[in-house]
Amino acid sequence: MNASAWQMLLEGAWTTVWISAVSIAIGVLAGLVIALIRLARIPIVDQLLVLYISVARATPLVTLALFIFLSAPDLGLDFNRSVAGILALTLNTTAFNAEIWRSAFRNFSREQREAAMATGMTPWITFRRIMLPQMVITSLPGLINEMSFLIKGSPAIAVIGIVDLTRVTNRISAVTYEPLPPILVAGALYMMVIGCLIWLQRIFERRANRLAM
Amino acid sequence: MSNWEILWQARDEFLIGFWRTLEIFGLSIAGAFLIGCGLLYLLEGSRKRLTMPLRIFIDAMRMLPFLILVYLLYYGLPSVGIRLDAWWTGVGALAVYHGTYFAEIFRSNRLTFPPGQIEAAKAHGFTKSKMFFRLILPQVIMQTRPLLGNQLIYALKDTAFLVIITVRELTAVANSLSSTYFIPTEAFIVVIGFYWALSVAMEIIIKQCGRFSAKRGFDNV
Repeated sequence: MNASAWQMLLEGAWTTVWISAVSIAIGVLAGLVIALIRLARIPIVDQLLVLYISVARATPLVTLALFIFLSAPDLGLDFNRSVAGILALTLNTTAFNAEIWRSAFRNFSREQREAAMATGMTPWITFRRIMLPQMVITSLPGLINEMSFLIKGSPAIAVIGIVDLTRVTNRISAVTYEPLPPILVAGALYMMVIGCLIWLQRIFERRANRLAM
Repeated sequence: MSNWEILWQARDEFLIGFWRTLEIFGLSIAGAFLIGCGLLYLLEGSRKRLTMPLRIFIDAMRMLPFLILVYLLYYGLPSVGIRLDAWWTGVGALAVYHGTYFAEIFRSNRLTFPPGQIEAAKAHGFTKSKMFFRLILPQVIMQTRPLLGNQLIYALKDTAFLVIITVRELTAVANSLSSTYFIPTEAFIVVIGFYWALSVAMEIIIKQCGRFSAKRGFDNV
């Protein structure tokens, strides 16, 4: 492999990382919002969200990406590839994150909530000052696990023509006729990214254990 | 003729795609299950030299995206002289990839196994393999079944990746139908429905297994 192949690989890695990062950021926040809405138990909205979570968890990312990219013009929307890819990854990860946040809510200690109520905190202040900081720490290991699943699923967006870290290996081997080296390097790059996430997860798990939550 | 009627006339193609997905999924999870059990047995074994390479192999697999493994087998192996067709590459990659996940799930459960049982079995003169197959494996499998169920759904979702190496499965059928008749929305809604039905069915089966294992007393540890 020559210098331009390395450069292409790094560009592919950058594409994978930024698209995943945007989807993760949106997905974590949207998951929190969905978990909050589900706690309110609004009649029809609640059933719709349950349906969404169930379907989104069962749909393969490849299918979802193709569906969004191909049927967007039919529905009168005009996406470019990156937006369609981000949308597919986000729709998928939001469903999983919503479940993680919801279980953090359900497992939150009742005593603390009652104590907050007794000291006269409004629900919003209780949520922001008491619940959210603790929930972030307890659910971070799960959220980071989901992030590494998202990165492992991100090659799915190659199917709609985004040149990500997986797809770029095809481009390189089309020139050099040696498919093995770029694939191995791409695998090593994925391992580095996911290894970082696993390392972060261990740190947060240790911290969560130390805070005994 | 409405779009749905076109799809109804193409129902045979959907069913063939669904059947092929089922075939790939069934074969590969059977393989993955055997690989997982085999890896657990090897980790259990007395050969300490094997443990370290196996752990590294399992961790490496868990850090790789599935598609990279598929590329490695499909595009990479021919350059060392081994050529597999797309279908078998897909089945093999799924089996190996999810087999390591199964092994990891089993291993983490095995760590919490009460040592008293093993000692009792040894005192009764169980051989190593008999202890593994009669004592350890059934309990580990029944106790990890929620995690195994999750992993099965991940494996089902990973079958869709094989469309990229031109395996004719469910997603590929939707893709080709949508480009033939230009009805992407409806075609993909049908396919997503298929996947959803399959994973709901799996969840129900896993729950039923829960009943069986509660009856046999696997859960009260």
